[in-house]
Amino acid sequence: MKMNGGQALMKALEMEGVDVMFGLPGGAILPVYDPIIDSPIRHILVRHEQGAGHMAEGYAHATGRPGVCMVTSGPGATNVVTPLCDAFMDSVPVVCITGQVPFGSIGTDAFQECDTIGITRSVTKHNELITQAQDIPLMVRQAFHLASTGRPGPVLLDIPKDIVDPQNPRSQMEWYWPSDRDVAVSLPGYRPTTKGHSKMIRQAAELILQAHRPVIYAGGGILKARAAEALRELAELTDVHVVTTLMARGAFPDDHPLCLGMPGMHGTYTAVTAMQRSDLLIALGSRFDDRVTGKLDGFARGAKIIHVDIDPAELGKVRRPDVPIVGDCRLVIEELVQAVRELLAGGAAFHDRSAWRSTIAGWKEKHPLAYTQSEPGEALKPQYVIERIRAANTDDTIVASGVGQHQMWTSQHWTFNEPYTWINSGGLGTMGFAVPAAIGAKAGRPDRTVWAIDGDGCFQMTAQELVTATAERIPIKVAILNNAYLGMVRQWQEMFYDERYSEVYLSPDLPDYKLWAEAMGCVGMRVESPDEVDAAIQKANEIDDRPVVIDFRTDSNEKVYPMVPAGKSNDEIIVDPSQGEGGH
Amino acid sequence: MALPGADARHHTLVVLVENKAGVLARVSSLFARRGFNIFSLAVAPTEDDRFSRITIVVDVQSAPLEQITKQLFKLVNVVKISELDPRDSVERELMLATVRASAQNRTSVIELVNLFDGRVVDVGHDELTVSLDGDPERLDDLEGLLRPYGIVELQRTGRVALPKLERTAPALRAVRRGA
Repeated sequence: MKMNGGQALMKALEMEGVDVMFGLPGGAILPVYDPIIDSPIRHILVRHEQGAGHMAEGYAHATGRPGVCMVTSGPGATNVVTPLCDAFMDSVPVVCITGQVPFGSIGTDAFQECDTIGITRSVTKHNELITQAQDIPLMVRQAFHLASTGRPGPVLLDIPKDIVDPQNPRSQMEWYWPSDRDVAVSLPGYRPTTKGHSKMIRQAAELILQAHRPVIYAGGGILKARAAEALRELAELTDVHVVTTLMARGAFPDDHPLCLGMPGMHGTYTAVTAMQRSDLLIALGSRFDDRVTGKLDGFARGAKIIHVDIDPAELGKVRRPDVPIVGDCRLVIEELVQAVRELLAGGAAFHDRSAWRSTIAGWKEKHPLAYTQSEPGEALKPQYVIERIRAANTDDTIVASGVGQHQMWTSQHWTFNEPYTWINSGGLGTMGFAVPAAIGAKAGRPDRTVWAIDGDGCFQMTAQELVTATAERIPIKVAILNNAYLGMVRQWQEMFYDERYSEVYLSPDLPDYKLWAEAMGCVGMRVESPDEVDAAIQKANEIDDRPVVIDFRTDSNEKVYPMVPAGKSNDEIIVDPSQGEGGH
Repeated sequence: MALPGADARHHTLVVLVENKAGVLARVSSLFARRGFNIFSLAVAPTEDDRFSRITIVVDVQSAPLEQITKQLFKLVNVVKISELDPRDSVERELMLATVRASAQNRTSVIELVNLFDGRVVDVGHDELTVSLDGDPERLDDLEGLLRPYGIVELQRTGRVALPKLERTAPALRAVRRGA
């Protein structure tokens, strides 16, 4: 069947099962926007290309399928660099299509030309300039394959205008749809290892049986591998406690007795300390990020390491594992469960760990997450607002956040009992992530309630996408924890720069968030005292035809605790002042 | 003088890549992005026109070799990486050098070059351009010996390498493996 490149591109996206895409047209990508009119794919017109990228990420987080965004050349492409880098750091499957000037004009500094491939090379898993229309179906299949297999990540396709423009003979092509084999043959250097080494798995099982103080250190890879169930089976079989990193919140239920919550710089006392004291860390799809380990040479010094990851480069990058296993987390955990069962059947037994269990129970009791509720008339406590939103919503409610204090509080105080309910920017720490990511999640999962818990600083970076949400009838709910500051930076200046506050004040009422929300077609509310909180949340949950924004006026002085100061060992964790000095 | 070829910090990686536009840029930007140092680099087509071979000598003190190869292998266009131990490989490099050679010492420069089985490829009034190909250490030696005469310009290609052929016959090796 003859068609032009633009038609082939849209048809290829349909063949890949794309139902929603996010984008904004412009000169170079214009020919591809024409066949969109006739396509069953829903296109969501964003107000800024960064929004399209984060929406694609939110969609991917919520659905597990690659998110698709499409933008024009030059500034369109440079505006998606941040979301691409974000997706690269957090291993989010995204396929990004950028327009490019006609093939013959590349390199001439043409209007809206930039070196998209060069600029995005280090922030994508792979990128490719398509040089002829005939290659489009294969390149699209490659892109989805690369984005969603192995360690997932963003893939970019740069498409010169002439190969998609029906006016140009270079756009003519004969339609075909490549087979799995065609894709494999076309990528001779890409063979991710998914099955773990059986000898290593057996060694890992033996170490687990021998351990006195084991801890499972579950990372975002659990969610990428859809291994939450397998993880639960392993934890329950072996009776080993689990910490879930910022990227893995929800991978193991918070209300499970074996769950210790989040580790790291703002992790729970018990999660941080259990890792420090453990003699065996079972790292599953986690990467020993500096925000988890603290000062590296002071991190879990007595622990042996089992490290499972699909990316061989993560094994030994930061901490040398005793048992390295390259493979897909779900497959490896399932085999590990099997190996433990076989050892048990053969008469082996777990080491007696009752002392360790009671030590952990003691830490949990002594140092739960804590904050001091405000007196009537005082500003709201952000943690209280989060707890009330959580209490008013079901376990399957999706919550997205930006980056900063509100992100840490949400990760700490939202009880995550289901996987794929937490969407945030972990590795890159992109302020402004929440609103577009929540929109993308809601577009992918219209059946779910989606909340964005945002900071006032973050909200101002990408709020314009609420216009998109209103126009496209994507009814998300946004809670702004408005403390009038760039709160996390303020916290560091208070604690480590002698309270010298430099360029962190934002004002509580400039802009007026309620009016701004209303101007964007949302319902706007303002909440200033604790007794108004529940009613506002309930009203927001009842609105299902437009987005809602609630401006919660929160306490500027509130800090995120616990905290391990940057560069310090995790042993130097500072707990909430109400718990006194963090005992060891 | 530190001889680069003899330095234990340097390792030779032979990277088979897809013969496509931009692959060298991917490899070099990966090195830059991860803070790995390239000591020398040579790229050439192979016997199979779908692939090219990049011979990279890396400075291993800037990062562990294992991390370098693992990150390289994550590039979709990288098909195979072999690390060549200088003891088990044949390495060759080409050097061109323009040396000051006045009437008084021209003969001794030529003798030196002949001693190394090199060639004089161009002659000027008081300069000679000489070439030498071979093992990188030999190039280092000649370079060191030419230096006192005054090297005006010098260009080396970076090394290319292939593994040494197995000395044992395949049949014998199979017996050994079975044992």
